[in-house]
Amino acid sequence: MSELRKRLSSWDAAIIVLTVLVLVIASLAVDNFGTSRNFTFLVLDLLPIILVALPMTFIIVTGEIDLSVASTLGLTSSLMGWFWNHNFSIETIIPLCVLIGAVAGVVNGFLVTGLGLPSLAVTIGTLALYRGLALVVLGDSAVADFPWNYTGWVTGTLGGGSVPNVLILMLALAVVFGVVLHATPVGRSLYAIGANAQAAHFSGIRVARTKFWLYVVSGAVAGLVGVLWTLRYSSARADNGAGLELAVVAAVLLGGVSIFGGKGSLPGVLAGVVLLAALQNALRLEDVSGQALNIVTGALLVLSVLLPNIITAVRGNWHRRKLRQSSKEKTAARFV
Amino acid sequence: MLRSPRKSLSVATAAFLALGMAACGGTTKDSSANTGGGAQPGASADPNAALKEGLKIAYLPKQLNNPYSDVETSGGEVAVKELKGEYKKVGPNDASASSQVSYINTLIQQQQDVIVVAANDPNAVCPSLNQARAAKIKIVTFDSDASKDCRDAFINQATTEGIGQSLAKMGSELAGGEGEIAVLSATPNATNQNSWIAVMKEELKKPEYSKIKLVKVAYGNDDDQKSFQEAQGLLQSYPNLKVIVSPTTVGIAAASRYVSASNFKGKVQITGLGLPNQMREYVKNGTVKKFALWNPADIGYLAAYAGAALASGKITGAEGDKFTAGKLGEYTIGKNGEIVLGPPTEFTAENIDKFDF
Repeated sequence: MSELRKRLSSWDAAIIVLTVLVLVIASLAVDNFGTSRNFTFLVLDLLPIILVALPMTFIIVTGEIDLSVASTLGLTSSLMGWFWNHNFSIETIIPLCVLIGAVAGVVNGFLVTGLGLPSLAVTIGTLALYRGLALVVLGDSAVADFPWNYTGWVTGTLGGGSVPNVLILMLALAVVFGVVLHATPVGRSLYAIGANAQAAHFSGIRVARTKFWLYVVSGAVAGLVGVLWTLRYSSARADNGAGLELAVVAAVLLGGVSIFGGKGSLPGVLAGVVLLAALQNALRLEDVSGQALNIVTGALLVLSVLLPNIITAVRGNWHRRKLRQSSKEKTAARFV
Repeated sequence: MLRSPRKSLSVATAAFLALGMAACGGTTKDSSANTGGGAQPGASADPNAALKEGLKIAYLPKQLNNPYSDVETSGGEVAVKELKGEYKKVGPNDASASSQVSYINTLIQQQQDVIVVAANDPNAVCPSLNQARAAKIKIVTFDSDASKDCRDAFINQATTEGIGQSLAKMGSELAGGEGEIAVLSATPNATNQNSWIAVMKEELKKPEYSKIKLVKVAYGNDDDQKSFQEAQGLLQSYPNLKVIVSPTTVGIAAASRYVSASNFKGKVQITGLGLPNQMREYVKNGTVKKFALWNPADIGYLAAYAGAALASGKITGAEGDKFTAGKLGEYTIGKNGEIVLGPPTEFTAENIDKFDF
C-alpha cells in the first residue's frame, strides 16, 4: 500500500478529512441525519454515482473522459423494459444488459483508440446517440412491473437490519477497483499513460489496448447501474439517469483526480462522492432549497479546482523567493 | 486491440452465453405475480372526527420554479394556514422521477403528517411513498397521479376526458372547423399531457371533426426555450397549420410569444391550457382568442383539506367518504380515491381580468 500512499496527495487527504468532518457534524447537528433509515437512503443515492465513478476514475487518470455513461444507463434501462415486456426472464435480462453496456463501451473504445478520435468529442456524440436509441426502444412509455423480489432487494437491507443490500455490492466493487488501481502493474500503467502517453508507449505499455478495455469496463458498469437504477425506482425509462455523468465527473474531480490525467486516488474519489451526497442529504433535511443546494455544490467544485492551483502557485512563489534570497546571500558573501 | 482474435472471441463467447441463458427458465413478466408491498388503510373512517390542528403538511411539486405549480402550492399554503398546520414546500430543480424520491425520503425522516405530491413518474415514486405510508404519513397526489396503490387520495383537476374533449373543441373552433392543427406538449413522459392527448386524438375521430387533421405532436419538454423552438419548427414544417394546441402552461406561453412577434400573428391561433397572468398580454394583443384552465390554487387548497381529513381519521380515502374543504364546499371521494375538483374555466378577452394567478 506504499503505492497508495504515494498517490494520496495532500488534497485527497484534505477531502477525506472534510468528508469525515461533514458526516460527524451532520450526525450531531442535523435532526434525523444519523438514523439507520437515512443511512439507507444515503447509500441508495450514492450507489449509481460511486459505481460509475470507479471506471471513470481510471479513464480520467489516463487523461481521457467518458461522458456517455448516463446515456448508456438510460439505454440499458429502456432495453431492460423492452426485454421484460417481451417476456425474457429477469435472470437473463440482467447479464444481457451488462453485456449491452459493454458493447456501448466497445463502440466508444473503438472510436477513441482504434480511430484515434478525441474522447471528449466521441463520448459527447455517443451521449446523444445512446439516449436517442433509448428513446427509440421505449419511447415515452415506462415499464414498471418488475418482480418484487428483485426491486425489493435493491431498496432493502440485509436481514431487515440497517445495512443496505447494495452496500455490499458497492464495497466489493470499490475494493476490486481500488486494488487494481493501487496495487497492480495495470494500475501503475494507467498513471504512466496519463502522465505521458508517448513515454508510456515507448516503455512497453500497450496504451491503446488499455484505454479500449477501460471504455468496455465503463460501459459494462454503466449497464449494471442501469439495471440497479431501474430496479430501485421500479421504472424502466429512457430518461433514467439523465445528467448523471456530470455528477460523476464532478465527484471524481472533487476527489482530487486531475482532469489532465496522471494524478488522483480512489479513496479520494470515494470521499468526494460521499462528501457531495452527504452534504446534499444534510442540507435537504435542513430544508435548504434546491437552488441553494446547486450553489453549494457548484462553489465546492470551483474551489476544488481553484485551491490546489493556488496552493501550488503560492508554494512555487515561496520556493522561488527562497532561491533568489539564498543566491543573493551567496553573492553578497562573495563580495565581503 | 480489436484485431486481437482472442479478445473478439471472448466477447463473442460472452454474447453466446447470454443468449443461451435466454432459452432457460426464470422469472418472466408472465410468471411473476407482482406483489408490490404497500400500507393498507386498516382503520375505518370516523366522519365526526374533528380536523387536527398543527398538522405538518408538505408539498412536493414536480419541480420548483414552475409558475403553475407555484400557484397550486400557494392555494395549499392558504388552506394549511386555515387549518392551523405547518406548511412546507420542497422539490427538485429538474422534473425527474428519481430526484423526487430523495425529497420523499427526506420528508419521511422529518416525520411529516401529510405529503402532497405531484408524481413525475407514477411508479418510480411508489416504493418511497409506501415507506412513507408505513411511517403513518398520509399521501395525497395532485396534478400528476402516482400509482393508486401507493397513495391515499388523488386530487383530479378535471377528468382526463373533460380536458381532452375541451382541447379538441377549442382546436377545431379556432381552426374554423377544418384544416391542420398541431399539439405542443410537455415532455414525452408527462403522464397527464399524454392522457389528454390520447383522449383528444380519440375525440378527433368523431364525424364533426372529420375535416380537422392533427399533423404532429411536438415536445417542448416544459422548457421555455425548447418550446419556443418547437413552435417555430411546427410553423416552418407545416405552412398550412391553423392552430397550435398546447396543453401545458410553459408551451402555450412560449408558442404565443413566438407567434405574437412573427408574421404568423392572426394567421395561426394558439390555444390550450395556460395561466391567465402569463397569457394576458397575448389575449389583449389578439394572438390568443381563447384558452382554458381550472383554478390551480384550488387544487392545492383542496389537497390540504383532503390530507388533513385523512390525517385526522375523518376519511380513509375509500369511495363515498365525504369531507368539507373550506370555501370549496363538500367533496365526495370517487372511485380509486379520486377527488374531482370541477370543470375547467375558459378564458377570453372578456373575462381574463377577473383572474389573477
